[in-house]
Formats: sequence, C-alpha cells, structure tokens
Amino acid sequence: MEKTWNNKAWFMVLPVLVLVAFSAVIPLMTVVNYSVQDTFGNNQFFWAGTDWFIQVLQSDRFWDALTRNLIFSGIILAIEIPLGILIALNMPKTGLGVPFCLVFMSLPLLIPWNVVGTIWQVFGRVDIGLLGYTLDAIGIPYNYVNNVFDAWVTLIVMDIWHWTSLVVLLCYAGLVSIPDAYYQAAKIDGASRWAVFRYIQLPKMKRVLLIAFLLRFMDSFMIYTEPFVVTGGGPGNATTFLSIDLVKTAIGQFDLGPAAALSLIYFLIILLLSWIFYTVMTNSDAQS
Amino acid sequence: MARINLDHIRHAYGPNPKKPSDYSLKEVHHEWNDGGAYALLGPSGCGKTTLLNIISGLLQPSEGKILFDGKDVTNLSTQERNIAQVFQFPVIYDTMTVYDNLAFPLRNRRVPETEVDRRVTEILEMIGLSDRAKKKAQGLTADQKQKISLGRGLVRSDVSAILFDEPLTVIDPHMKWVLRSQLKRLHKQFGFTMVYVTHDQTEALTFADKVVVMYDGEIVQIGTPAELFEKPKHTFVGYFIGSPGMNVLPAKIDGSSVDLDGQKVNLSFAPKFAAGAKMELGIRPEFVRLGREGMPVVISKVEDIGRQKIVRATFANKPIAIVVHEDGEIPAEPKITFDPNAINIYADSWRVGGEA
Ligand SMILES: Nc1ncnc2c1ncn2[C@@H]1O[C@H](COP(=O)(O)OP(=O)(O)OP(=O)(O)O)[C@@H](O)[C@H]1O
Ligand SMILES: [Mg+2]
Repeated sequence: MEKTWNNKAWFMVLPVLVLVAFSAVIPLMTVVNYSVQDTFGNNQFFWAGTDWFIQVLQSDRFWDALTRNLIFSGIILAIEIPLGILIALNMPKTGLGVPFCLVFMSLPLLIPWNVVGTIWQVFGRVDIGLLGYTLDAIGIPYNYVNNVFDAWVTLIVMDIWHWTSLVVLLCYAGLVSIPDAYYQAAKIDGASRWAVFRYIQLPKMKRVLLIAFLLRFMDSFMIYTEPFVVTGGGPGNATTFLSIDLVKTAIGQFDLGPAAALSLIYFLIILLLSWIFYTVMTNSDAQS
Repeated sequence: MARINLDHIRHAYGPNPKKPSDYSLKEVHHEWNDGGAYALLGPSGCGKTTLLNIISGLLQPSEGKILFDGKDVTNLSTQERNIAQVFQFPVIYDTMTVYDNLAFPLRNRRVPETEVDRRVTEILEMIGLSDRAKKKAQGLTADQKQKISLGRGLVRSDVSAILFDEPLTVIDPHMKWVLRSQLKRLHKQFGFTMVYVTHDQTEALTFADKVVVMYDGEIVQIGTPAELFEKPKHTFVGYFIGSPGMNVLPAKIDGSSVDLDGQKVNLSFAPKFAAGAKMELGIRPEFVRLGREGMPVVISKVEDIGRQKIVRATFANKPIAIVVHEDGEIPAEPKITFDPNAINIYADSWRVGGEA
C-alpha cells in the first residue's frame, strides 16, 4: 500500500505538546529566567548572567548538602536493593500466600510521604512515641531531635520501611517470569543455590533491578518531605538535604535567583547521575 | 550406567486423584535395560515429559517406586540420581559463554579443570560450535541454543542415564542426521542408558533398539521396530506407526471366520475374547494385495509417492489404504485379499492372540 504523507499527525500530538509545555517547559523556563536575573522587587529585573550559579557553586552550604544527599542515597541503595532481592527470593511463587504477600508488600507504598514522616515523627518521640520511649526505657539513648546519628538512623530506617517494597515487587515480577525449565535444568546440572541465583535469577532480574535502582536513586536524591516533617533539617544542618536547602533559600529567604540556580544545578545533577548509572549498567549488559 | 525399574508408577498433577482420568501417567511398570537405547514415541500430552521428569527426579510420582540397579531411588534428589536430561525447550545460561555453559555441569561437580577442558572441547567439536566457544550464549540462534542444551546433557561421561526430550526439533534435517549419528556413536562408546523422546517415528525407528509407544498416559507397547510394525498391540500403535497407518475395520468374529460388513475373511486361528467386546480387524496397507481376485473395493484416489503408490479405496463401507509397488497394475474391477499372516485381531482396541 502506498503511504500517505501529510502533516495531520501533528494535530494528534498537539494536545500532548501543549500539556508538556504547560507542565514542564514553561515552569522550567521560568526557573531559567530567574536564575540569570536579579531583582529588587517591583518586578524590575537586571541581567545577572552566571553570577548566581557561581555563588551557589562556591558556597559550602551547597557542597555540604550535596554530600549529605549522596551519602543518604548511597546508604539506602546499599540496603534496599539487596534487602529487596532477598525478600523477593523468599516470597512464595504459587498458592494462597501470593496475594497475601503482594498486598502486604504494597501497603507501605500506598502511604503518602508526609504521613510516613508524621508516623515516624511520633513513633520515635522519646516522650510519647512507642519506639523512642521503649528504647529510652531499656537504656538505649535515642533522640532524633538533638543527636545527629539518631536523626540519620531514623530517616534511613523510615525510607527502608517505606520503599523496600518497591524493590521487592519489581524483583518479584522479574523472578516469576523465569520459566520452570531453568530451575529444572539447574537441578540436572547440579547447580548450587548460589549458582542458581548468580546465573539464572540475577540475570533475569537485571532489567527490573536497573529500574528499581534508578527509581530509588532519583527518589532518594530528591528526598524532602520526610526529613522536613521529622527533623526539619536538623539537628543543626545535619539533615538539610539539597531540597530542604532549596526551599529555605527560595521561600525562607526569598532569594529567587540563587534558588533558581540551585534548582537547575540540582536538576542537572540528577539527570547526569541517572544517565551515568543507566549507561554503565546497560553497557555491562551489552559487553560480550 | 544403570538398569532402571519403574515399579507401578502413577502420577497425577492435581491433589487427591480418584478416577483414572485424573492421572497424567497411568500405571507404568517397566524395566529399562542397562545401556539400552529407547525411543519414547507418542502424541502430544500423552505423558512423555512427565515420565522423564519422574525418572530424573524432578517430579515425585504420586504412586510407585523407581529403582536404579535394584536400589530404590524414589526419594533421592536429581543430583543424587546422577542423570542427565536435555529439555524440550532449550535452556541456556545467558550470561555465560558457550564454553562455560557446557562446562557448568562438570564444574558444579568439581571435575578437575583439565578434564573439563577435554570434555568441553570434544562436545564443542561435536555440536559444531568450536568457533563460538568464547562468545556469550545470549545472542545465539534457536538451533544453536538447542545444540548447547544437547551438549550440556552429553558433557558428563559418568551418568546413569541420559534422557532426551525432543532434543532436535529446531535443527535442520542435515544437522539432525549428523547429530543423531554422533549420539549413536557416543551411546556405543559409553554405554549409557538412553531414553529419547520424539514425535518423529522415523527418528524413533532408526535410532532405538526398543521403541516405547505411549498413549493417553500409558505405555501401550514396547518392542523392536519390527514388532511394532507387524504385531501392534493396540490399534493406536497400528495407526501411529507406519505411513499410512494400519487399516482398522470393525469386525464380527465367529470362531476363525471374520465378517467385515458382509465380506468374509478366514483366519488361521480362532481369537479368544470376552463376549461383548468391540472387535476389529487390523491389516497394514503393505499387506493388502490388490488384484482380480478377492473382495471388491471402490478406488477413490491413487497417490504416487515415488517407489510406491498408495491407493485410497472404500471397502465394506469403510475407507482403506493399500500400498502397491510403483509398477503394480490397478485392475479395472479391483479386488483385494489380505495376507493371512499379517492380520491382527483387536478386542476393545487391544490385540488378541491366536494361540487358543
Ligand atoms: N505442571 C503441570 N501441571 C498440571 N498438568 C500438567 C503439568 N505438566 C503436564 N501436565 C499435563 O499432563 C499431561 C502430560 O503432559 P506431558 O508434558 O508429560 O506430555 P508430553 O507427552 O510431554 O507432550 P508433548 O509432546 O506436547 O511434550 C498433559 O495432559 C498435561 O496437560
Ligand atoms: Mg513434552
């Protein structure tokens, strides 16, 4: 059949283009706009060039927050990914346990961020929280309000509690897609439990793991609500991540220029790191 | 290398089987000789894979025992039974190289690396993948994957038995022939007990000393290719083996005379059967003589298949196939006779003897 060539298709994608323009491009350009100008109010703007970017990149505040972000993401990835795999491997593949486990695993994912934060904020309080009170009672000093280590532990445990399920569900989806014949062949070939994991299960989970890794990385790197609710960025600045810093700059101090520059830098860092992870992981796949 | 006894094996996939139809495998009781080459032949869903999985220990039979050389192995794991099995759907380990795929069963058993190398190189040679040894197994074509799967089954030389579940389905005819003769050679050399599942009757008949025909969860006959051809124990065997299959005609039997809807045939024996059984006469197309004498037939079609002709005709209101030599004449008023030694009588589909 002869292909017809015309521009009608553009009308079909137009609504999407408009939507994307309003939801992403225009806000982003507004931010870009702020990041290169200065204002003293009255809607008067002056060209500032790269001044704000330089100011942000030269401030200790930025580098400290970035370091905190990287450490936080590193820790939760190092715990959630292996833990998620481990749980997924031990979930039943058939029978009545399957729906039960799936629902049970999905529960934390259904709870909004600020609610999770509030739950843990109360849970960990020394005066009325079950966790905080109990720890205190059995003689373990614990106080996330004024102890840096305790604040971090609380945030990390909270994130693991909230998000490991996501990794579990993704891995589980990868695992159940493995045909029985592979396990049968492994038995015939005398493969150990570890070999089954290493050569059958892990390769089949690779794709979903990549997705889980990227999602968890991006999400944890943008963490805002939980530390905001639980620690408010403290004690001191110990849990002030980039996002919290950004809000402090933009809304607390109303420094729109530096805040805009910071958000662009933040955005680019996430984009860059995600791209690096993606390329590294898919390349190791293609190498043969 | 082992003699394998299946002692009243039955298997049902569902729980609490009651009626015979709940069983995917109904009562298999049989001995496989040490070093024998068996072909397992049967239609789809008749329980071939189920039987193999029970022998290799991947599946626990619902009832019955399995003995290797007289030793009960029913509760032993696949690994302890030391069996190699090649699966119907090729399984390869994607992330490993072709070489490592083949070495995997050996390395798991801590075979010394020099021995591994010797065996793997030999198998690579045999399946014709030597040039790809160091490549990842991922990007291979379906037939190459099947060859690796086959190779992994053959790489261990000390196994009790090797079970092949249609190992050559996607391999092209020439390579199939090559691999089949290689398998035969290996079998002679190492003398392992070999069970080979196939849909392809020529493959089964040329390959095995004994052919096992399964039908609907049962072994209906075990015999040499000649036995299956001449004395099919069950009408299914007659129909399944041979091309075209055996002619099976409804019959009324009185003593040694058979009434085929008005046409009379005399037997050299008087079959013994229970009253009320459904009686049939079976005769292979090769043993129906077409000529001017005998019982009348109406010819509907003649198929020329090279050195023979297949005549399709109607006899006693039933379709019948007759094989005629390529220059055998087809008379204007065709009549047929049956070779009396080649007539088999069936009661309720099972062959009845003439000794009585
Ligand atoms: N895992 C299973 N669960 C339930 N029923 C099964 C299972 N595997 C096989 N069956 C049933 O058992 C019967 C025998 O199956 P089996 O796979 O042994 O047949 P087969 O002879 O190997 O067929 P094919 O030639 O198609 O491979 C079939 O009716 C099939 O539906
Ligand atoms: Mg099968």
